[in-house]
Amino acid sequence: MLRTLWVWIGIPLIMIGIAAAIVIYSVNNPPDSIVARMLTYERVFRVIREHMGLLLVSMTGATIVGVAGGIMLSRPSLYRIGRVMETIVNIGQTVPSLAVLALFYTILGLGFRVAVFALFLYSILPILRNTFAGIDGVEHSIIEAARGMGMRPLRILTRIELPIAFPIIVAGLRTAIVINVGAATLATFIGGGGLGDLIVTGLSVHRDMIIVNGAVIAAITAILLDYLIGKAEERVVRWS
Amino acid sequence: MIKLEGLTKVFKGHNIPAVKDLNLEVNEGDVCVLVGPSGCGKTTTMKMINRLYEPTGGKIYIRGEDALQMDPIKLRLDIGYVIQEIGLFPHMTIYENIATVPNEKQWPKDQVKEKVDNVMSLVGLDPEIFKNRYPSALSGGQRQRVGVARAMVSDPPIMLMDEPFGAVDPITRARLQNEFLRIQERVDKTIVFVTHDIDEAIKMSDTIAVMREGELVQHATPSDLLSAPADEFVSNLVGRNRSIKRLHLIRVSEILEEVDRAPALKEDTKEEEVKKRLDESDIRTVIVVDRDNKLKGVIGVNDLKRKTGEVAGDYFQEVSDTVTDDATLNDALSVMLEIGEGYVAVVNEDEKYQGTITLGDLLNVVREDS
Repeated sequence: MLRTLWVWIGIPLIMIGIAAAIVIYSVNNPPDSIVARMLTYERVFRVIREHMGLLLVSMTGATIVGVAGGIMLSRPSLYRIGRVMETIVNIGQTVPSLAVLALFYTILGLGFRVAVFALFLYSILPILRNTFAGIDGVEHSIIEAARGMGMRPLRILTRIELPIAFPIIVAGLRTAIVINVGAATLATFIGGGGLGDLIVTGLSVHRDMIIVNGAVIAAITAILLDYLIGKAEERVVRWS
Repeated sequence: MIKLEGLTKVFKGHNIPAVKDLNLEVNEGDVCVLVGPSGCGKTTTMKMINRLYEPTGGKIYIRGEDALQMDPIKLRLDIGYVIQEIGLFPHMTIYENIATVPNEKQWPKDQVKEKVDNVMSLVGLDPEIFKNRYPSALSGGQRQRVGVARAMVSDPPIMLMDEPFGAVDPITRARLQNEFLRIQERVDKTIVFVTHDIDEAIKMSDTIAVMREGELVQHATPSDLLSAPADEFVSNLVGRNRSIKRLHLIRVSEILEEVDRAPALKEDTKEEEVKKRLDESDIRTVIVVDRDNKLKGVIGVNDLKRKTGEVAGDYFQEVSDTVTDDATLNDALSVMLEIGEGYVAVVNEDEKYQGTITLGDLLNVVREDS
């Protein structure tokens, strides 16, 4: 009981506390008037809100499309395409996130929506790949036993394949989230807002304190989300 | 019960059929073993019975009904299926694994629980201990038992078993085989059993179907197969030492009745009596049992010299291995060779002493037969 409380409330609160302490200290002790003007509570809250917006919308979309796509590609009729997709996805991952954003800027222009769309596409890749690999990795004998006992294909998918692939799918999700939080700081270049605003502002006015605020909040967001999903997975998967 | 007529299977992209015009009939309650070298089509044949493979030609009748016209899902739900790799679901507990078919059939919860408990006890797994474990926490032999339990839980009249004991060590295999035969005696399923091990085939089967390159070469009882192999291929398969293979066919309990050996000694037998019995014994050894007829140990001639005491209980030493009365003579022979003695004590399921058989007894059996 005490352990659960510590895992679910204690550690997250410590992480949030570290970020909050840095923000509070910086806002209350600005070294000069420029920092005082650029770094306000209002602004910090706005960029956090924007960042979470980018993250939430793009990740929700990417999870739905990635998992559904991965399942579809693992079906026998599409399996060959799935193997090709796996390679394409691996190549796609090597394209830098900044290049993806720049590419969509040239096609679709500026704004929050364009940034969300680019992040969404970028985050699909690890989720799709891991879903496909997770289902593909289920031992053939397990599927054969299930078929031989009279389970229908849909039941095999929902009761056997997806639960066994679950840890791998979650691993893809965690990868995607960490990448997404980082890449979302670049959204500011195409007018998407987010924590990148603080970093870019800090760079342009040569004030490290502003950069540190943006960077620390982004880093802690990524670590915290990765931690929470990992812990949630541990609770669900008791068999391995 | 199961009738295959002109069954043929040609896999896509192959010219040579994997199974060619196969005719086979398995009677109700029989164990029919399909045996042959790898690639002979035995597994393919078995997988056509529950339609994991669709036949290219021919008919399959199950209880007179055309299986190819039935819904494959319904067909499979009523056919137990065990494979060599077992295919336990790693994310489910043993209970959930065994309850797969009842859950697919949507039985009521308490009925599922009762059946799972029953079948677990039947295959020798204590439900209270194993129910909530995951497959990764089990040994190979225990997993095989779960695999068999899972196939039997809904009491299907037919079972298909593809080298079910192939992945365990020889000692565990022999034990699982004996257990399985004991269970089969009670449940009387119609079983199609695939193996490449002719010894296993002889031991487990009521009839043996020998296959080669997709064709049925001979379908006969094990005894007929040994005495009258249809052609050179079959006689090569059963091998030269057929007399030894016969030992697979006979259970220890069958020859115990004929062996007339003096009964075991109680622990409180006096030393002079022990000496007398040792002199009379053809194996220069006497067996000691307790009041409940449970095996305590043996006394050899040397034990009397080495130790001091007054009654049999003071002299005996423990035996390193025994056989159960449902074991085959071949099992008994292996144990004798292993413990390096010319005899082995036979006990029943409750470890009560049943008798002793010797190498000489085995020799007599082989001699009578040939």
